[in-house]
Amino acid sequence: MSAPGSVAAATQALLTPGRLAAVALSLLVLGVLPLILPPFDTLQVSYGLILGIAALGFNLLLGYTGLLSFGHSAFFGTGAYAAAFLVKYWGVRSMEAFIVAGVLASLLVAALIGAVCVRYTRIFFGILALALSQVLWSLALKLFWVTGGTDGLRVPTPTLLGGAFTQAFGVQTDKTAFLAYRYYYYVLAVFVLATTVMWVIVHSPFGKALQAIRDNEVRAEFVGVQVRRYRYVAFLVSGAFTGLAGVLWVPLNGLTTPEVLYWPFSGRIVFMAVLGGFRTFWGPIVGAFVYNYLEVWAVSATVYWQLVLGVILVALVLTMPTGLVGTAGQLLAWLRRSRRA
Amino acid sequence: MSLLEIRNITKSFGDNRAVDDVTLTIQRGEFLGLIGSNGAGKTTLVNLISGFFPADRGALVFDGHDITRQSINERIRVGIARSFQLVNLFDQLTVLDNVALTIFSRQGKTRWLWTLADRDGAVRDEAVAVLRQFGLEAHAPVLAGSISQGERKLLDVAVAYALRPKLLFLDEPTSGVSTREKAPIMDIITAVVRAEGITAVVIEHDMDIVFRYSDRIVAMHQGAILASGSPDEIRRNEQVAMTLLGTHADPQG
Repeated sequence: MSAPGSVAAATQALLTPGRLAAVALSLLVLGVLPLILPPFDTLQVSYGLILGIAALGFNLLLGYTGLLSFGHSAFFGTGAYAAAFLVKYWGVRSMEAFIVAGVLASLLVAALIGAVCVRYTRIFFGILALALSQVLWSLALKLFWVTGGTDGLRVPTPTLLGGAFTQAFGVQTDKTAFLAYRYYYYVLAVFVLATTVMWVIVHSPFGKALQAIRDNEVRAEFVGVQVRRYRYVAFLVSGAFTGLAGVLWVPLNGLTTPEVLYWPFSGRIVFMAVLGGFRTFWGPIVGAFVYNYLEVWAVSATVYWQLVLGVILVALVLTMPTGLVGTAGQLLAWLRRSRRA
Repeated sequence: MSLLEIRNITKSFGDNRAVDDVTLTIQRGEFLGLIGSNGAGKTTLVNLISGFFPADRGALVFDGHDITRQSINERIRVGIARSFQLVNLFDQLTVLDNVALTIFSRQGKTRWLWTLADRDGAVRDEAVAVLRQFGLEAHAPVLAGSISQGERKLLDVAVAYALRPKLLFLDEPTSGVSTREKAPIMDIITAVVRAEGITAVVIEHDMDIVFRYSDRIVAMHQGAILASGSPDEIRRNEQVAMTLLGTHADPQG
């Protein structure tokens, strides 16, 4: 039985010691960062983690199901506005309530948009998602007595875990300190949880079915995978993840405006996934970090930041078509081969 | 005992009657060769039976079920599977996962989001066993897009076979491979199909292959059935000889 054993070994290489070590090291680094970095930089890491969740959700569709959505701002914005509405209309301050409401609301929006979009593929899918997301954007803009219009809605510092942290430490710190420490670790915990859940989903039989649809939808149908139904479920999961990111983002930003519902924000999410490498699991997360840092750096460096950012991003994509993580993987494989030779 | 009854099936594309009032019974356990020149309606007939598109008229009764109006998925559940003329695989998945996916699907496990596919030992063992039957075991961990054309043709059949069908359609299982590779591929396929008692319908342009492996041959011409019989009967049939076999200039031959 040695032959089947070797096959098993090859397919169970998902959790190699090397990969586990890389994950553990990354977690360690993320864990000690707030102790080393100035608060401003810690906040940037938070933004990176949050955008990473958004890009991870987006990539379930692009990388695993073969559907390019230009409308993911709809889910991010829904998450953000759901939290803001809880504050404005019910006076709720609990972060957990924000998350439950935001995820449920983005699931609802995904259920509606997805019901229309998953009937189509390729450019038709992408443009339809874009168009429907812009309906939400225009609502946020026009219904200003509800949504605050272009001024947006303020979201003050939330209580985490029913205020358990505040009481445990017994210190009232200012907002920056709250965001750079307690909120950072909260975001990190949610990020780890969300990433783990997504990792399991893409490696589940369901995830395999999505990849089969991506590779060959006709054949997928002929092995009994009901393509449209699976696409719809993937759309819901994707929307919920990006919605969760929107919820986490809003206390950090302190404010939500229609900008997060506007289509350029969808474009950013697309870019993060492509920049990091949408053919890999970790690519979108890395892409989100790098994109966020580049944008912050470009804004502080020049008034022509959009131009500079555009040139850098085009150069990166042209030189690394498989993205940062894809290219790194190829380099590693090449190094291993040349060492063996 | 009949497994599939095709009654007066008709399908037109515009003015072209691709399948014209075909009535045919497929017997349980037989290995049926379906021959005819390009455009005779062979692949259209298979598409109608597997549910790729609906028939304009006629009825299909499979194993006692009326499947005329059933979806692709419902037809798979009652036991109809097919391979494809142009290889149709999941190229970015491994050879093993191509077969494992079929097994997950058959067992209803593709609805599972919370288990790791690679940790399902029973499915993996079955997938490895299927690959072994088709001589593809050594390729299990590589991507399906990276194996040779002959191996891809076999994997295409293995993916359909892993659905454990009662009736398996093989649309040109040896097209696009060298003459030398054809017989070994057919040997493997027929060995598996006969060992499991699966009823098979094979569309093939290579007459040597069809006459060597089929129990019965059905010849189609311009959407209709020209003749049906044992290989010897078909060989002696004058109409078939004139329209199909006589023209050995057949580009696909």
